[in-house]
Amino acid sequence: MNRTIERHKNILEFSLSSLLRRKTKNASLLAIYTLIVFAIASLLFFLSAMKREALLILKDAPDMVVQRMEAGRQDLVPLSYAKEIAALRGVREVKPRLWGYYYDSPSGGNLTVMTAEMPAGFIKIGSGVSRLRRATAADVIVLQSYDNEVPLMLEIEEVLPYESELAAADLVIMSELDFRKLFKFPQGHATDLALTVANPRELSTLAGKIVDKFPDARPILKSEMLRTYDSIFDWRGGMMLVMMIAAVLSFIIFAWDRATGLSAEERKEIGILKSIGWETSDVLLLKFWEGAVISLSAFFFGVIAAYVHVYFFSAPLFQPVLKGWSVLYPQFKLVPAVDTYQLGVLFFLTVAPYTFATIIPCWRAATIDPDAAMRS
Amino acid sequence: MIKTHRIRKSTVFLVLTIVNVMAFSLLMLHARSVQGRAGELLASSSRIARELQLTDLCLFTEARYTRHPAMGDVHAAFQDHPIALEHFPSGSLVPAPLPLVR
Amino acid sequence: MNMISLTNISKSFHVGKASQFVAVNDVSLDIEPGKVTILKGPSGSGKTTLMTLIGCMARPTSGRIVLSGMRAAWMASEEPAGVEITSLPERFLNDIRRRTFGFVFQQFNLLKGISVLENVMLPAYPTGEDHREFAKRAGVLLEQFSIARHASSPVEWLSGGELQRVAIARALINDPSVIIADEPTAHLDTALSREFMTIVGTLKKAGKTILIASHDPIVFDSPLADRVVEMRDGVITSSGPKP
Repeated sequence: MNRTIERHKNILEFSLSSLLRRKTKNASLLAIYTLIVFAIASLLFFLSAMKREALLILKDAPDMVVQRMEAGRQDLVPLSYAKEIAALRGVREVKPRLWGYYYDSPSGGNLTVMTAEMPAGFIKIGSGVSRLRRATAADVIVLQSYDNEVPLMLEIEEVLPYESELAAADLVIMSELDFRKLFKFPQGHATDLALTVANPRELSTLAGKIVDKFPDARPILKSEMLRTYDSIFDWRGGMMLVMMIAAVLSFIIFAWDRATGLSAEERKEIGILKSIGWETSDVLLLKFWEGAVISLSAFFFGVIAAYVHVYFFSAPLFQPVLKGWSVLYPQFKLVPAVDTYQLGVLFFLTVAPYTFATIIPCWRAATIDPDAAMRS
Repeated sequence: MIKTHRIRKSTVFLVLTIVNVMAFSLLMLHARSVQGRAGELLASSSRIARELQLTDLCLFTEARYTRHPAMGDVHAAFQDHPIALEHFPSGSLVPAPLPLVR
Repeated sequence: MNMISLTNISKSFHVGKASQFVAVNDVSLDIEPGKVTILKGPSGSGKTTLMTLIGCMARPTSGRIVLSGMRAAWMASEEPAGVEITSLPERFLNDIRRRTFGFVFQQFNLLKGISVLENVMLPAYPTGEDHREFAKRAGVLLEQFSIARHASSPVEWLSGGELQRVAIARALINDPSVIIADEPTAHLDTALSREFMTIVGTLKKAGKTILIASHDPIVFDSPLADRVVEMRDGVITSSGPKP
């Protein structure tokens, strides 16, 4: 046992000496490799945390949302729809929702305006809006109404807590009265309808019935919302795919470099090692360690840096991509969500191919006869 | 007598790897402990989501059609013309709702 | 007691092909322990091949080689009758090779970019021996060959004579009882060749069995040479007087 450990340690020692001979080359290899692992792991961490947040929000989302289309575009729903849908069997509650988007031209931000039971003249704002408008509780915010006459003066009652940024950064919550005033929103209409049903398993039947009754209605089931988020945040599709392709390509380049890179020099060295008493398995062990030292270190460096990047610093490197051109971007702190299965796959995809790519080309060279070095 | 027994490179590497594994484990523990407190951290989000019946994360606020991906329809992203070029970077990250693409 | 005894050893290459040739042809030879034996002959005479057979680097096509007076890890005790090595499985053969033989090559075969100390220790690495043990031995060897001050320099910084001594130190790291040197003076000038023979003298005094293939008069005319075996075309033409 002890001898086995010593043998590994001794051979590892020589692997390191061997790697240190080409310091710059191997250091840059390690750096690039770490960078790839870092990028993929960051994305994995980011996506799984985001998915959690999305699921959390969707947990309490309405069972079904009914929109109305007009000439292929979403339009307002007459409240008469709500009454008729509420009369359908299995529908527990229909809640007309009033919400919309407000482009805040002074700041350039897109705000989401929603309604709640509130006294007229007061609003609650998300902390993103608070940042954007530099306004806090008790300040007055002026919104340009569609009326073109009087701008709406609204007093901030409350800034929504910082922790809720990911759900509510861009929200402006106001009373129904103010909402209708702001958008000149027609009476007797709502933006869409939120349905709660008695039995979630009847949802699709119910959706069918609604479409039968109102051909211009578009029901969106909760399961479809879930699937939408799955497709955005799933690590096998969407954002992840783009990264994965880049990463896989770079691995192929690495492997190619290794596989074709067994130089005459390296071959000669293997011959020398054999001639001074190293066995084939010793040489392969040497090559294994040469690959493992780089890939193992890269894996750990990359994953650790990614964790810090995503969960301690909220993924600043992804923000330019996610932000796009938006002025209003949530400042969030993600709750760590670590998927061991994904990490396992990442480990296997990073450490194994590189290590194998290091060993395989040496396989033949390692089986040469020990006397070859003597007769060259 | 020369000094032949200095600190070995293999020892340095093994220590480094152990430190790596330990740091990794610590981070996993960190994840665990934060997850334990996740309920209270996410409570306000949860409450707001419930009260307002929110359906989406506030991730892409740059355009109306990216703000509520779950509410979008197939052509939501192409407001002007079905083959118009994407205006917003996030548009390329947000695919059309899956059930509709089929 | 004979240390190494060869009986009717032959070695052919490319058997069954048009290029088949016999490098060593029916050689029988006893190599005495603690003596210096020189294999003399022109290049292509089969000296190197014979040495690779003795050093367990290759197997003879036919014939027997018996080693006695040595002990490998897998043996319960020293075999008094000697071990017939030609039929041993690979790993046992390797084990014997590592413990019994130290090799000095014509080109020195040192690894570039690696420190002198590590080059010397390399043959001990895969044995699984405690690093401290062989590092200590390496230190002693470097002292002995006065190359200790170069211990941490890469080998390519050393002069020819120093390289030669590093190569010898490496051959001695596993404390073998037999040293095999193939044309060790081929790349050395006269002074360095004489220095090499001085080292051979000390090794002989230390009780090592030494086998040198050479066609350099400094080697085979040396008073240290106990026996000169001449070879030509794979056969022994003169096995010299037994000492």
